[in-house]
Amino acid sequence: MTQMVTTTYREAVKGGIVEALDRDERVFLMGEDVGKYGGCYGVSKGLYQTYGSERIRDTPLSESGFVGAGIGAALGGMRPIVEIMTVNFSLLALDQILNNAATILHMSGGQFNVPVVIRMATGAGRQLAAQHSHSLEGWYAHIPGLKVLTPATVADARGMLWTALEDPDPVLIFEHAALYNTQGEMPADAGPVEIHKAAVRREGSDVTVLTYGGSLHKCLAAAEQLDKEGTSVEVVDLRTLRPLDDETIFASVRKTHRAVIVDEGWRSGSISAEIMARIMETCFFELDAPVARVCAAEVPIPYAKHLEEFALPQPNTIVAAVRQVKGG
Amino acid sequence: MTEPPLEHDRAHHLLRQMVRIRRFEEKAAQVYTEGKIRGFLHLYIGEEAVAVGVMENLREDDAVLSTYREHGHALARGVSARSIMAEMYGKVEGCSRGRGGSMHLFDADTRFYGGNAIVAGGLPLAVGLALADKMQGRDRVTVCFFGEGAVAEGEFHESLNLAELWRLPVLFLCENNLYAMGTAFERSEAEMDLCKKAQSYGVPAVAVDGMNVIEVDTAVRDAVAHVRSGRGPHFVEFHTYRFRAHSMFDAQLYRDKEEVEEWKKRGPILTFQRKMRELGLLDDAELEAMEAEIREEVEDAVEYADRGTLESTDDLTKYVYTEVSR
Repeated sequence: MTQMVTTTYREAVKGGIVEALDRDERVFLMGEDVGKYGGCYGVSKGLYQTYGSERIRDTPLSESGFVGAGIGAALGGMRPIVEIMTVNFSLLALDQILNNAATILHMSGGQFNVPVVIRMATGAGRQLAAQHSHSLEGWYAHIPGLKVLTPATVADARGMLWTALEDPDPVLIFEHAALYNTQGEMPADAGPVEIHKAAVRREGSDVTVLTYGGSLHKCLAAAEQLDKEGTSVEVVDLRTLRPLDDETIFASVRKTHRAVIVDEGWRSGSISAEIMARIMETCFFELDAPVARVCAAEVPIPYAKHLEEFALPQPNTIVAAVRQVKGG
Repeated sequence: MTEPPLEHDRAHHLLRQMVRIRRFEEKAAQVYTEGKIRGFLHLYIGEEAVAVGVMENLREDDAVLSTYREHGHALARGVSARSIMAEMYGKVEGCSRGRGGSMHLFDADTRFYGGNAIVAGGLPLAVGLALADKMQGRDRVTVCFFGEGAVAEGEFHESLNLAELWRLPVLFLCENNLYAMGTAFERSEAEMDLCKKAQSYGVPAVAVDGMNVIEVDTAVRDAVAHVRSGRGPHFVEFHTYRFRAHSMFDAQLYRDKEEVEEWKKRGPILTFQRKMRELGLLDDAELEAMEAEIREEVEDAVEYADRGTLESTDDLTKYVYTEVSR
């Protein structure tokens, strides 16, 4: 039997970075306060002392400049890990991510690929208000040329990075900020994981709940509660928002005939809307009920704790949505 | 700055390169009016001395980043006239397989990292390419062209700061043609001394007459030497002027015809030919022979583009992701 270890999400991300730095000398970490400060979420604490200022590279507050430099360094043969403090700040680099990273391979007729990895924190739940709490990974999943990963477990936090670095094209990794302090179990010898398949985190037969990132644990808690009242919920962790693993999504929906999508992004034009559309296009006649969604309320995420909590998907709202879809 | 005496072969080479760009673009404008080229077509006519003078000083393994007005840069760098014309015809034989068009010429063989149509969008990439060279211990130089309009963008400032902070081997080349599309330089910059802006980041800077190919060549030689020696980035501003409209859709309401005519008197080809004649380095027969050879190259490029193939629509989604990946 594989020996399991308990670790925090933060340590798991760090373990992935250390492995990458040790395995490939072309890998370096670059971003605001990744070095001497140790990372704004403490992910890279101590790495500056071990690997030095060249490979753990502090940058000025120039998101467009250093994200673009990461893209350029990738074009020049390096394997940069660019860290952006939060997804809200990534908007300052959106030009580089969309107009260069996602575009150059196609625009150059296949001549120049961009093997850059861009990591950033996403999501709410820490009372950081409307400029540090949004969930914009669904936006990025709209863009051809990018891959969008959303590790929810410590094993994925540990293992997605290396696989992303081996990918010849740009990969964005969204780490939910509320997860860094959480603990989970993973195999002691956990290593790289594949990034093209969704994972069934809990098997069930009555309703499929499709989710990712910071909402996974809320969905598992809701499933636990529903189990007690006799509803068997299958929880699917999407893991990757682009490309979506349609096969796993459809297989689960065909099994349960009912689906709820839980997405911390805003409802309008969201990744959950895209998933609903795909289910409707492909599994319409398999459905026993309309597909439901639990999303963030359509407001800039507020500061006050009770308002923030109310704005986000929570186990009780997920339970309610599942009950409704189940039809009593 | 020291100017070596102008020798016959070198003078002919510089002139030939400038005339190649001029005739190529005149032809491009003509076939555009015939509907063979569509989309945007930004002509470099008037600015040829900059591209030619810069490229003289680069090695094959150096990298070039350019803008949407990049036919001249690409030709002077050694991208073939055939593949550029085919690109503008949208043919698969084009240097970007018809995916880029006039504004997005790419060529891996000459390390030509594209025309970038986001103003200042190429500067951070140049910083990154230079960072990769520095981290891997290579003495290559990355040069990045942009217009004076780019100086108003945040990416200009972020990039110069990063390049100097990290002492990166990148050469920033600002083609100041006085108009950001239709907005005059003095109507967009509070501080019009661009060298001052570069110097404020600690980047050495020099301004030169971009209509004079020898002056461009000499200034860039010094700047490249500085960058290649590991002393960090350098900035060069070229005072130049585009004789044609911004694009084929521009009625030029923002500038006087007299101003254009005055600048044409300083045209880089006109003045250089005059200088060569004065020095006895050019006669009518030589010029006619040169023009004939170039005419042949341009006609050949057009025929090549005409004969080219349109890529199958089955291949539309190729190159969104690298094929080895899933």
